[in-house]
Amino acid sequence: MPLGLLRFALNKKHPEPRMFREPDALKSSYDVVIIGAGGHGLACAYYLARDHGITNVAVLEQGYIGGGNTGRNTTIIRSNYLTPEGVRFYDESVRLFKDLSEDFDLNLFYSERGHFTFAHTDSALNTMRWRAEVNKHMGVDSEVVDRETIHEACPELDLDCGGHLPIMGALYHAPGAVARHDAVAWGYGRGADKRGVEIHQKTRVNDIRVEGGKVVGVETDKGFIHTGKVVSAVAGFTPRITEMVGLRTPITIQPLQACVTEPLKPWLDTILVSATLHVYVSQSSRGELVMGSALDPYELHSTRSTLDFTESLSGHLLDMFPFLSEIKVNRQWAGMADMTPDFAPVMGLTPIDGLYLDAGWGTWGFKATPVCGKTMSYTVANDRPHELIEPFSLSRFENYQLVGEKGAASVGH
Amino acid sequence: MKIIHCPVNGPRPMQEFAYGGAFREMPDPATASDTEWGDYVFNRDGAPGVKREWWYHLASGVWFVAERDTLRDRFLRTYLYNEGEQPHD
Ligand SMILES: Cc1cc2nc3c(=O)[nH]c(=O)nc-3n(C[C@H](O)[C@H](O)[C@H](O)COP(=O)(O)OP(=O)(O)OC[C@H]3O[C@@H](n4cnc5c(N)ncnc54)[C@H](O)[C@@H]3O)c2cc1C
Repeated sequence: MPLGLLRFALNKKHPEPRMFREPDALKSSYDVVIIGAGGHGLACAYYLARDHGITNVAVLEQGYIGGGNTGRNTTIIRSNYLTPEGVRFYDESVRLFKDLSEDFDLNLFYSERGHFTFAHTDSALNTMRWRAEVNKHMGVDSEVVDRETIHEACPELDLDCGGHLPIMGALYHAPGAVARHDAVAWGYGRGADKRGVEIHQKTRVNDIRVEGGKVVGVETDKGFIHTGKVVSAVAGFTPRITEMVGLRTPITIQPLQACVTEPLKPWLDTILVSATLHVYVSQSSRGELVMGSALDPYELHSTRSTLDFTESLSGHLLDMFPFLSEIKVNRQWAGMADMTPDFAPVMGLTPIDGLYLDAGWGTWGFKATPVCGKTMSYTVANDRPHELIEPFSLSRFENYQLVGEKGAASVGH
Repeated sequence: MKIIHCPVNGPRPMQEFAYGGAFREMPDPATASDTEWGDYVFNRDGAPGVKREWWYHLASGVWFVAERDTLRDRFLRTYLYNEGEQPHD
């Protein structure tokens, strides 16, 4: 133990300044109220304060900072999507992620690993060629690679997957990365807090008050707050928020589960995904294998874990890596994924004046945290959708203009 | 393991079933406006509650209706569409 710590043993004061203040009481009004202190809500607050000078902002969180899907995801960051709208948007996020550690003065352990999506069938290989072409056209590093290349990158992998689903090739995306998810939320939270934003944890929004088609405030479990602008960034809770104001959306909730093994010596450098086997896996800097699979098969508003999930995931992981049969699963958990029919988000203005949605983030929204903050803060400050999010407006379902991103989902759904 | 009560085959394990989505009334395509049709095709009642849903027993090919609490994951009733509501114990 460093000797410097000793003086704190003799002192009643907290050794380090906390990352955030804990404001004791809510004010009676704010310029903007953000519901949800996950990465998205905090990033929106951060850029509102930093880029738009709007600091009279409250972020209200029913639980604790980053306790939603932000703290439950498998932290894969990539931009090799299928639609030009998607690629443009996620690529801007990857770009922002790269500078974030410095921006925050906080180590996010942003680690570029390279990302392989396996094709076990001709049709999967065709979709990957399509994706690679779209990606290259948009300037994103992405290519289809053969079995040799996969073998060189990961010699431990059984390319035949036990014989019944041989890997034919893969989409390779060199910039694919992982990062420390909690730190992303903390970095945005601290940066927003420093600039005057108030973060109120254990504060729940129970209702949104609308008068004459316009937001006038929110009802919380600690009293009413006047505000003309409300941003909902609540991921798996979105339908409960939109129900408060009678807004119809296509968003439904399904659990997505994940787990980690006991720590192993580092052996897996890359991120591997097989949609056919419903497996994605990477190795954390602590040595654990971080793994996920497909969505739970039906709608459910719960973060319970199931044995079915670990059983089927382990079975498929062993098809890829038989030598892991003795390895134990240490922890498993779930988050509530806010799914949309086209696997693209729902962002921007709503028919209710002053209500902004950052939702429909399903199984893919961690990587978008920075760009969501940037574009949502712009949208709120100017009351006009940022051009990058125009294709993702809620009205696309009324106008039959879906985005069609399902082919780029990491695992089959 | 989760057990679902199939109205034809009795209690069977979850793995034998597929979820068929919410039970919804289709507007008349001939008279519905584009907006009404879009609402029917895409929008859902996403908030938690007791919902009527379609479920399918894969092994025997039976479609049936279930009333399920989507917050607690409890099946309250299951019945065949043309038999209406029949509480099961
Ligand atoms: C298991 C799993 C793995 C995933 N893997 C990946 C991945 O590898 N890559 C990727 O890009 N994405 C991944 N995702 C998706 C990603 O985690 C989410 O899309 C993203 O974290 C959403 O962030 P958010 O800030 O919008 O929501 P959240 O982090 O969920 O924050 C929303 C917050 O709102 C709060 N809230 C809700 N209702 C209220 C209310 N009424 N009042 C006050 N507060 C409220 C909640 O408590 C919560 O803290 C994964 C998700 C899961 C579940």
